[in-house]
Amino acid sequence: MAGKPMDVKVKIGIVLIALALAVLPFMLASVGTAWVRITNLAILFCLLSLGLNIVVGFAGLLDLGYIAFYGVGAYCYALLASPHFGLHLPFWIILPIGAGLACLFGVLLGAPTLKLRGDYLAIVTLGFGEIVRVFLNNLSQPVNITNGPQGITLIDPFKVDGFSFSKTETFLGLTFSGPIKYYYLLLLVLLVVIVVNVRLQDSRIGRAWVAIREDETAAQAMGINTRNVKLLAFAMGASFGGIAGGMFSAMQGFISPESFVLVESIMVLAMVVLGGMGNIWGVIAGAVLLSFVPEILRYTVEPLQKAAFGRLVIEPEVIRMLLFGLALVLMMLFRPAGLFPSKTRRREFAAGEQH
Amino acid sequence: MSLLEVKNLKVAYGGIVAVRGIDLDVEAGELVALIGANGAGKTTTLKALAGMLRPSGGSVHYEGASITHEPSHRLVHRGIALVPEGRGVFARLTVEENLAMGAYIRDDRHEVRSDLDRIFTLFPRLKERRTQTAGTLSGGEQQMVAIGRAMMSRPKLLLLDEPSMGLAPLMVQKIFEVIASISAQGVTILLVEQNARLALQAASRGYVMESGAVTLTDAASVLLESEQVRQAYLGE
Repeated sequence: MAGKPMDVKVKIGIVLIALALAVLPFMLASVGTAWVRITNLAILFCLLSLGLNIVVGFAGLLDLGYIAFYGVGAYCYALLASPHFGLHLPFWIILPIGAGLACLFGVLLGAPTLKLRGDYLAIVTLGFGEIVRVFLNNLSQPVNITNGPQGITLIDPFKVDGFSFSKTETFLGLTFSGPIKYYYLLLLVLLVVIVVNVRLQDSRIGRAWVAIREDETAAQAMGINTRNVKLLAFAMGASFGGIAGGMFSAMQGFISPESFVLVESIMVLAMVVLGGMGNIWGVIAGAVLLSFVPEILRYTVEPLQKAAFGRLVIEPEVIRMLLFGLALVLMMLFRPAGLFPSKTRRREFAAGEQH
Repeated sequence: MSLLEVKNLKVAYGGIVAVRGIDLDVEAGELVALIGANGAGKTTTLKALAGMLRPSGGSVHYEGASITHEPSHRLVHRGIALVPEGRGVFARLTVEENLAMGAYIRDDRHEVRSDLDRIFTLFPRLKERRTQTAGTLSGGEQQMVAIGRAMMSRPKLLLLDEPSMGLAPLMVQKIFEVIASISAQGVTILLVEQNARLALQAASRGYVMESGAVTLTDAASVLLESEQVRQAYLGE
């Protein structure tokens, strides 16, 4: 990859995509600010999916409690930048702390599960995710740390001196609302995370993860320190989750344990699997798709029913999940390796058809 | 001084003792066979030597230094390579990617490149199938990948676990020819086998294991003639 002169077509493509991404929030804002927020959440889910992809896609360790790291990052930011403790640290201090803390939790989860594989690992990670959520829910007594199910409110937005990410500003005749500012920031973070992921994939560590995913005993025989490399996967995946969590906190201004439930873990996992495990671009596509489709359904199901039957027959929420489930089943039937499978996944399914 | 010196090695799985104190020596350049029936503790011994299992007692010395408690990844750096039982190829990776993974600990790219060519001369069949995924190969070809992959780490001591397992007779013959040629290149080999005849024909010395202990050891030619071995392992 590196060192090769880039094709002119590729260059033009990149410029066009960059331009499209640059004007996107203004076009969305003209439809409604809600759509900018939805896009921001979609980018957050891209971050989460890329983090989980390291654990599940690269290293092949099934993690069903990934959202816990998101929660750790989110609560870390909320507690250090809200009136709850009266702390208002700047975000460039809290985000690294959140990433570090999530990383520590990743190691805490990874260390006892080093010898577990497959189903057993999945069960333990699922339990871990629940433990974190239950703690968030109950750490309001005897000392009120997390404020329990009420969650934490009035969380500070990102601020650099006088420049706040929550205020609306006009610049060059364009209106930059809070969500639009966050959009650009998120896009920047996403870009960094993508670069880190691409570099990791092509690195020695990336190769070690592949070896572990394919056959752990053989990986050991190759001279790979499987313990450290697996812990590293957990730690790196978790810290990406932690960063995403901190940004979520700042963007929403309010968090509660409800945002970090099992279904969210499953959702992120579905994005990774649907998009194509182990393939960075596939995973991003999966995250974008699964973030937007339910929202689009939310806005179309109700008017459609009213037009067809003159009244609401089925609740939008119900039909949304129904269609969503159907879409997943169809996906798995027709593109079992994911939308954009990685090279090795594609081979696996191709090999399956040959036999 | 032997290249590998094992003294009173004990290995247990929880409470179950699989290896009950064995002594074993391998001289540099030798091909030594470790034979025995199913469940005699051969694979356990080999795994302990490769650092994949922790011995519960005894000592292992390699090049004069104790490696009793060294983990497998450090042993690969010291020049000990294991070809695991059941081959353990990376099924979804191509033959070439498998072999490259064998050179994981090395960073001398050019040398790795030339080693790859050497492996391909050793196994012309693998060269033909270099872009094929290892999972689609026959058992014998997979064994070639596993051996070739281990050779890519440039081992001084090669630990082979049941290379003939589940292979067609013709393929077994072929694999043993390769083992002989690797041995001729000066690589020390410890070979675990159920196929006692072939193993003893290839080896210079042999150890016979029975329920976790070494019951017999001698020159391979002597073992081939021994009444005990002939009755128990050669089916005569």
